[in-house]
Amino acid sequence: MADGEEPAKKRQRIEEQPEKMAVDVSSSSSDWDGRWSHVQKFLERSGPFTHPDFEPSEETLQFLLETCKILVIGAGGLGCELLKNLALSGFRNIHVVDMDTIDVSNLNRQFLFRPADVGRPKAEVAADFINSRVPGCHVVPHFKKIQDFDESFYRQFHIIVCGLDSIIARRWMNGMLLSLLIYKDGALVPSSIIPLIDGGTEGFKGNLRVILPGMTACIDCTLELYPPQVNFPMCTIASMPRLPEHCIEYVRILLWPKEKPFGDGVALDGDNPEHIQWVFQKSLERAAEFSITGVTYRLTQGVVKRIIPAVASTNAVIAAACATEVFKIATSAYIPLNNYMVFNDVDGLYTYTFEAERKENCSACSQVPQKLQFPPSAKLQEVLEYLTENASLQMKSPAITATLEGKNKTLYLQSVASIEERTRPNLCKTLKELGLTDGQELAVADVTTPQTVLFELQFTS
Amino acid sequence: MAELKTNKEQRYDRQLRLWGDHGQDALESAHVCLINATATGTEILKNLVLPGIGAFTIVDGHKVTGEDVGNNFFLSSDSIGKSRAQAATELLQELNSDVSGNFVEEDADKLLENDLEFFNRFSLVISVQLPESVCLKLACVLWKASVPFLVCRTYGLVGYMRLAVKEHTVVESHPDSALEDLRLDSLFTELKNHISSYDLDSMDKKDHSHTPWIIIISKHLEKWLSEHDFQLPKSYKEKEEFRQLIRDGIRKNENGVQEEEENFDEAIKNVNTALNPTKICSSVEEIFSSEQCEIITSQTPAFWVMARSVRDFVQNEGNGKLPLRGTIPDMISDSDKFINLQNVYREKAMQDASVVAKHIRSHLQAVGKPAESISEQDIRLFCKNAAFLRVLHCRSLSEEYSVETINKDNITSCMDNPDSEMVLYLMLRSVDRFFQQHSRYPGVYNYQVEEDISRLKVCVNSLLQEYTLNVNVKDDYIHEFCRYGAAEPHTVAALLGGAAAQEAIKLITHQFVPFNNTFIYNAMAQTSATFQL
Repeated sequence: MADGEEPAKKRQRIEEQPEKMAVDVSSSSSDWDGRWSHVQKFLERSGPFTHPDFEPSEETLQFLLETCKILVIGAGGLGCELLKNLALSGFRNIHVVDMDTIDVSNLNRQFLFRPADVGRPKAEVAADFINSRVPGCHVVPHFKKIQDFDESFYRQFHIIVCGLDSIIARRWMNGMLLSLLIYKDGALVPSSIIPLIDGGTEGFKGNLRVILPGMTACIDCTLELYPPQVNFPMCTIASMPRLPEHCIEYVRILLWPKEKPFGDGVALDGDNPEHIQWVFQKSLERAAEFSITGVTYRLTQGVVKRIIPAVASTNAVIAAACATEVFKIATSAYIPLNNYMVFNDVDGLYTYTFEAERKENCSACSQVPQKLQFPPSAKLQEVLEYLTENASLQMKSPAITATLEGKNKTLYLQSVASIEERTRPNLCKTLKELGLTDGQELAVADVTTPQTVLFELQFTS
Repeated sequence: MAELKTNKEQRYDRQLRLWGDHGQDALESAHVCLINATATGTEILKNLVLPGIGAFTIVDGHKVTGEDVGNNFFLSSDSIGKSRAQAATELLQELNSDVSGNFVEEDADKLLENDLEFFNRFSLVISVQLPESVCLKLACVLWKASVPFLVCRTYGLVGYMRLAVKEHTVVESHPDSALEDLRLDSLFTELKNHISSYDLDSMDKKDHSHTPWIIIISKHLEKWLSEHDFQLPKSYKEKEEFRQLIRDGIRKNENGVQEEEENFDEAIKNVNTALNPTKICSSVEEIFSSEQCEIITSQTPAFWVMARSVRDFVQNEGNGKLPLRGTIPDMISDSDKFINLQNVYREKAMQDASVVAKHIRSHLQAVGKPAESISEQDIRLFCKNAAFLRVLHCRSLSEEYSVETINKDNITSCMDNPDSEMVLYLMLRSVDRFFQQHSRYPGVYNYQVEEDISRLKVCVNSLLQEYTLNVNVKDDYIHEFCRYGAAEPHTVAALLGGAAAQEAIKLITHQFVPFNNTFIYNAMAQTSATFQL
């Protein structure tokens, strides 16, 4: 199986790189009799179901303990579990990135945190806990955003595991790993592939996937699998609420900016109980006005923060399966999952394993030039809407630039207020009026990818 | 006290949204027993201590070994040589101060010998890596005492769970997708009157385009029925015709061009939902016809008193229908029209529930129990969930293990695919047989692997022979299980830890539906299967 071959080659390549071998040589002194015997059975014995490249050896354990370097993205529900699972499977060089601090509501599942840790950075507390509980394990915390690191940081890892709750962040990581790929004469250089294991949970449902960037379906190939966020129509919120949620959204979106209850410029903070209390009271009033029942404090908080229910058990299941896949890839002991598993334990225990297919013209991984087809009379606004609404693009705040008369010109950019204001008039102009021509290249930047996506504009009549 | 409550509400917020305060209360009153604090065991308990189980007791007579610490997050290297029950209890307890952690430093079989009733006090007993003979003995005791028993095991890259519970009832099964209960095929009087209060033709434009689709469909259905001999649209063609009828109801402007009316579009989209016939599904019918519904005594659990009373309702006041659920989906409408319609459903549901309550009271009275022994709230919840009730009956372990009652057909038909997860089950049974004969599992030490393959093969064959199972177990699996050497890799233990904990929560809260009765996880392929054995 072609997909499975690469990790083993990758490991060999990595073993040949002496500069990556220098970590924690003294660690073996912290081992005790029998410590790794559960793991060793899988590394030092041959078996009928191992990867074709697998050779039983004592060196594989040494590779895990001393060389193999793993990056865990997220130190939340999945992240805490992943760190434990990896540490007890023999991985000792682990980095973890998380930009969040600990909240009380994390404690029902993020088992490395205690009430006294509330407010502290997740990555740091998680790393400290693992390092003190599992002797010899060296978790390096980064209290940062994934976007704070560049290619040179990501390139140092053998495998990356994601335990994220954000699709944007997943896509960004996906894009980053794709940007590390090297193509020689149009062929992918296998050693430039860093496998990505991605886990996700929501309530009693979860999924797990193994991505070999450039080889198997990437996050953007299967964007349609993520349901688009559902927003209530503004007219419902503003003038004809029917559900308690509509009342809460009214207060959040319309009343808060109007009444400025905590002063001008104070944004609604879902973690501030006084803010939620205010929204709750006003939502009750709104609901009473329309005879709507069911507004509660809990619901108010859920709507304002867009809370996704979460339990320890689902995170445990998904993180465990993710770590098993990391182990398979790092050791070649078994053929990795190809490439997607879903889990649901609402009614019995259900899993479904399948192969998600690559999208031939995926805007992230296909190497196929992307096309935008519009008539010259189309307005830039329409292009913008296409980029955000198309199911396989789903960009968030695309910035569009083009080279016009030899100069790089920003046609529209949302993220910087002054540039937004300056470029806003362009949205109402037609493509022709903007001076764009058939075959023109448009460069689009967005938070969903670290790379600029190039589109060829094709005029339709 | 109030502060304590808020603190708990915050801490458990993300799970309260799934099983509610009443689910949490059930969890906090439960006492779970874990036999053997191996990696699988402590991972299960971790996932019960975090959400705030009332109490746990670990029963384990083993001393901590170096191997134990290697794969178990809740043992530390300085506990080597000490009691595993105690060491694990200490580190698990530290996760959540709301939970009471206890331990008994003794093997389960010894405990059972000295005090046959020891395990009967728990809400649920979970065993991990328990030798077959002890497991079967304990299963017998717990089955008699009606204590749910969850058997868990990690064996190499295979996870195994077996649930043995005589009867488990679920009111809130929380189905992922449920059919609406709108009764448009059999309007109740109040709904009929409400629909009559609408006159689509005389409405102004704004009201017309803000009338809920339930009303639109009912109005058009009225017309359809009068033109079609009072037969609902059934075939695809009829439904299409019915959709066209609705489409023709869209207002036209002065030029005869149809306006945009999203509520009509919504009505057209919901024709199937609306025409879904009101009927009682077979699993609920089965509950009504089970013997627990027949004779109510003072010992009858509340679930069955309520089920019987709902049945009474169906057979009498309900005219063959369940009590109305009383909810409608959100739909395009102005606030008043929606709320009024919603109230029609809600009030009818309240009425139905109070009729059910009347039946309940008379049953309770007949057996000399106070009427308030079942609360109004519970009755309303039961009626609301009447269509989703579930009752689980597992087979006992002795039925599974007996040559007379083994589920041979299931095993044989699954093994038509030699790589079915069923083969892993047969292998687990075979390594147990190996353990019986050799007092150890195959391939524990490297030097044993080769010679144990043929020994294990003997066990596989004797198992198949004893049960006269005419199936083929590939040699590859025999080799693979020797390779495992009874290892308990942490990631497989952790997966089972999550899965088993959730099943425990289902059993304790009586919400969501537990598996029935054997779950096999294959970490090699990341697949799983559930069998009734």
